[in-house]
Amino acid sequence: MTTRTVRRWRQGGWIVLLLAPALIILVGFVTLPLLAALRYAFYAFDGLAPAGFVGLANFQTILFEAPYAAWTMRALGHNAIVFVCLMLFQNGLAYLLAFALLKTLPGHRLHQVIVFLPVVLSAVIVGFLWKLMLHPLFGVINAALGLIGIAPHPWLGDENTALGAIILTNAWHWLGFPALIFLAGMQRIGAETLEAARLDGAGDWVLLRRIIWPLVAPATTIVFTLTFIGSFNWFELPYVMAGLTGSPGGTTDVLGLYAYRLAFGSATAGLQDFGRGSAMAVLMFVFLAVVSAVALKFLRRREMEI
Amino acid sequence: MFAKTTRRLLLAATATFGMAMSFAAQAGEVTFWTWRQEDKAVYTDLFAAFTKSHPGITVKFEAFPNENYNTIVSTALAGGKGADVLHVRAYGGLEAMAKAGYLVPLDPAKVPELKNLPADALASETLRADGKIYAVSLAGQTVGILINKDLFASAGVAVPTNWADFLAAGKALKAKGITPIANGTATPWMDAVFHSAFTNPFLGPQFVTDVLAGKANFEDKRYVDALGHLLELRDMLPAGFTGVDYPTAQQLFSTGRAAMFVGGSFEIGPFRRANPKLNLDFIAPPAPAAGQPTHVSRWFDSGFAVNAKSTHSEDAMALVRWLATPEFAIPAAEKLGNISSLSNAANPDPLLGKVAELNKTAMPYIMLVHFRYESPTGSDLLQDGVQKMMAGTMTPAEVGKMVTDGIAKYYVPFQKK
Repeated sequence: MTTRTVRRWRQGGWIVLLLAPALIILVGFVTLPLLAALRYAFYAFDGLAPAGFVGLANFQTILFEAPYAAWTMRALGHNAIVFVCLMLFQNGLAYLLAFALLKTLPGHRLHQVIVFLPVVLSAVIVGFLWKLMLHPLFGVINAALGLIGIAPHPWLGDENTALGAIILTNAWHWLGFPALIFLAGMQRIGAETLEAARLDGAGDWVLLRRIIWPLVAPATTIVFTLTFIGSFNWFELPYVMAGLTGSPGGTTDVLGLYAYRLAFGSATAGLQDFGRGSAMAVLMFVFLAVVSAVALKFLRRREMEI
Repeated sequence: MFAKTTRRLLLAATATFGMAMSFAAQAGEVTFWTWRQEDKAVYTDLFAAFTKSHPGITVKFEAFPNENYNTIVSTALAGGKGADVLHVRAYGGLEAMAKAGYLVPLDPAKVPELKNLPADALASETLRADGKIYAVSLAGQTVGILINKDLFASAGVAVPTNWADFLAAGKALKAKGITPIANGTATPWMDAVFHSAFTNPFLGPQFVTDVLAGKANFEDKRYVDALGHLLELRDMLPAGFTGVDYPTAQQLFSTGRAAMFVGGSFEIGPFRRANPKLNLDFIAPPAPAAGQPTHVSRWFDSGFAVNAKSTHSEDAMALVRWLATPEFAIPAAEKLGNISSLSNAANPDPLLGKVAELNKTAMPYIMLVHFRYESPTGSDLLQDGVQKMMAGTMTPAEVGKMVTDGIAKYYVPFQKK
């Protein structure tokens, strides 16, 4: 062996060695479970063990048979509501906040930290905290509303307000993240561009709509894609605040909770069925991958156009 | 040099491994898995007594969180692992494990202790497909009403025994500023408990017989009328009851803010620990009218089984047999505060003794006992329906239809021709 070959081997060895841990973890905890779920989706389950290949029967059940089909559509509808609300309210507010932070008003650094702080908390902590604050009997929110004469309300127990309350909690939790992405996007626009616009007489509103919005298009693409994936994979917050069944009466049920219930059942009501649960998970994966890919392509083209 | 070190290391590793293996085999240690983390001290004490009567076998207690227990056990069993002795659920939950062949069937000839258990307890741990028993039942649970005797006395209200008196008592307690019933509807499984407690006296055992014979379904007038009575109780629940969950209801009752808690006999122990001063009683739900019979609801909730892949199956079987004897059942019932499934295990606790007395006219907790074997389970459907009905977004007739249609997917007598 020449010194050169030895060196090349050694270099290759190092690369393999450094990549191996990440690859092993990725394959062991992501790829293999994904493939297992894909396989299980085509099997019937008798109790806990696979009871034979059934083709597309599990998909047929969850998509077309009562009452599963209605449950699937209900959950999907809630995910869609979550996505639209988060895009409009969470990300809309984040965009305005980013602009306010961009202005470097007095104390902007402190505000930047405050806006971002909730993002570092775990969803479980945020969920419990807000569940306590929204509590119908002991909650601080009802107490505060009582001061201005509004009667106490079971926010998480009312079918009309439960999903909204959890969406608001999510917005509070994540607001800082899109705000930071938008802020980074805005900071990349040269100060002279904004200055020139101002000299031409553009006010804040015109600046936001006509100058900044098109120039932060790459940031919007990131925010849209992440919000989309987050909304359709939503699990922790509804699980902590509304329980596995999407209480009350399934009005906060989303695909993540539903897939978990189908697969693992619940100690107090349902049975396990890894086949149907896996089928649901596979559908979610395909839906997310396809829509994200199409949306990304569209948004990238939009970035070029504007 | 390098080769020498490697050889030494290999030798040392082999030796250690061999020692570990022989140690594990010699120790006669049986592992035990449960979801009852809170009962660790009690089980550890009881297992020490087992080791005393069975020298050479020790039991290692391991507990997992309740909500993840099914997932952990099913993953372990599917991989041919798991403890030697498993705390398992009953009815449909037991079938899921037994059907997959993960548990050892208990042969009555080799497990004579099965004689200690009544027929309905044995049925709760039997796989319907092969008629074999797979676990020894631990305890029965009874649904009724826990009451705070002091609050009733201070309000000058007599403990009601029939429906009219019950509603009147609710009004009287409320007038004194006491929440009559602590329960809310935010936790779905509690809705099923609440439903069973109050509807069973109106339904009577004949209704269950008719449903099981295929002569009636949940759209039956008797059932819809019974559901309707639940709506009369809405005024007795805490303000904003649709948002009141299980822990909140427990707090309201244990702190003396509510006079009654509709729940299982398994609540007695935790309430005594939460507030030792609580002057507790356990009563049957109100009868439809004075002089008519009433019924508590009952189910058997868990049991002990031997893992089919156990490497200590003889020792594991010895433990499971012992778990079906009064030597375990009597002290366990006393320390865990539950009603043993064994027919011959008397309970020294007066309150639990009273529950055991009420059990003599108990009706089955129907969705768990009979309709939790296939999906969608009766429990899934009912919990959803009762929660909506109490919130006013479904009528009793709609709930009855939803439950019947859901169960009809697999229960032939409900299928419309």
